Amino acid sequence: MRCRRCRAPSVIELRRHNAAFCRPCFLIHCRDQVARTIEEHHMVEPGERVLVAVSGGKDSLALWDILLDLGYPADGLYLGLGIGDYSDESGRYARDYASSRGARLVEVDLPTDVGFDIPGGAAAARRVPCSACGLSKRHLFNRAAVEGGYPVVATGHNLDDEAAVLLGNVLRWSTDYLGRQTPVLPGGDGFARKIKPLIRLGERETAAYCVLTGIDYVVEECPMAVGNKHLGYKAALNAIEDASPGSKAAFYLGFLQRGLAHFAPEAAADRQSLSPCASCGSPTTGDVCAFCRLTEAATRPPQGAKPAPRRRTAPPR
Amino acid sequence: MGGVKVVLRNPRRELEVAGPLRVKALLDKLELNRESVLVIRGDTLVTEDALLGDTDEIEVRPVISGGCGA
Ligand code: SF4
Ligand SMILES: [Zn+2]
Ligand SMILES: [Zn+2]
Repeated sequence: MRCRRCRAPSVIELRRHNAAFCRPCFLIHCRDQVARTIEEHHMVEPGERVLVAVSGGKDSLALWDILLDLGYPADGLYLGLGIGDYSDESGRYARDYASSRGARLVEVDLPTDVGFDIPGGAAAARRVPCSACGLSKRHLFNRAAVEGGYPVVATGHNLDDEAAVLLGNVLRWSTDYLGRQTPVLPGGDGFARKIKPLIRLGERETAAYCVLTGIDYVVEECPMAVGNKHLGYKAALNAIEDASPGSKAAFYLGFLQRGLAHFAPEAAADRQSLSPCASCGSPTTGDVCAFCRLTEAATRPPQGAKPAPRRRTAPPR
Repeated sequence: MGGVKVVLRNPRRELEVAGPLRVKALLDKLELNRESVLVIRGDTLVTEDALLGDTDEIEVRPVISGGCGA
């Protein structure tokens, strides 16, 4: 197979694009897709500093690398989740990348800075680990951005992630989530803008980007992810993609173009009536934000404790 | 008697497959979806039509992750 752009021998075939690329042209392709996404969705204004949520995995490291190459002032934020060896190893990859690039990595450690780790804290709070983890990430990334003066937080969600989430939302017709499944969540009122610049790259592409640029990342899967629904949705979508290349992109990018607007009003209504959390000051729909309630439940001594009352949580921002 | 040395990940394990064979045939044999893996030889990637010989050592690396924007 030959490169579509320069006819040199190719290193990767992208059936969705009906193309193969050599190494240099593939790297250009990745940067172009990210640049196009940022422009199309007005993700970053000139001069804005970007905080990249870095996990040590392929997506976030590829994202950070591409943003730096495109000239964005992008620092990394690594959040230690306290998930045993997995967290130790992920942190190492994040630090190694930062030092190899001379980039700035901010670190927050959930066990030392907040007082619980994901496996233990989720169990104590009777929550699914990934839900406690997602909530903690959203809260702490936002807090770090607001406190550090970053108007924008960028995450490494890729096309496969978004297509899988979309499939899950459609299977349950979760119209409120559908209305919020946008690549940009606007900032303001205590929130940094949240952007997902990798939505035009599949995870095979972000992994290939890392291999071809020599970025080492944690290949092992987070032990908490084993058997989660999300992985099942991805497998289902990949089976469809294999038979009909381009399906995932048509599904998700088509949703952004033609589906999202039908669900957005419901999400906008949800975002009103935010007030500062009584405990930490972050914007929330209740008196105390979901993260502070999680922290309270996760760090409470086990003896004689009553589970916290269930409440409707604030929408992910 | 050698073969194509194949390293698989998550968990890490090794096996040998009789060469020569194409990457596509190897993935079919291992019942792997082409969308979900990369095939790495040295510090680069190989495409599906690449021919693997008995002196080759490759890694078949899954690319699917838990989906938390990692
Ligand atoms: S798989 Fe779940 S627990 Fe692990 S990092 Fe992702 S969200 Fe957190
Ligand atoms: Zn080329
Ligand atoms: Zn709070």
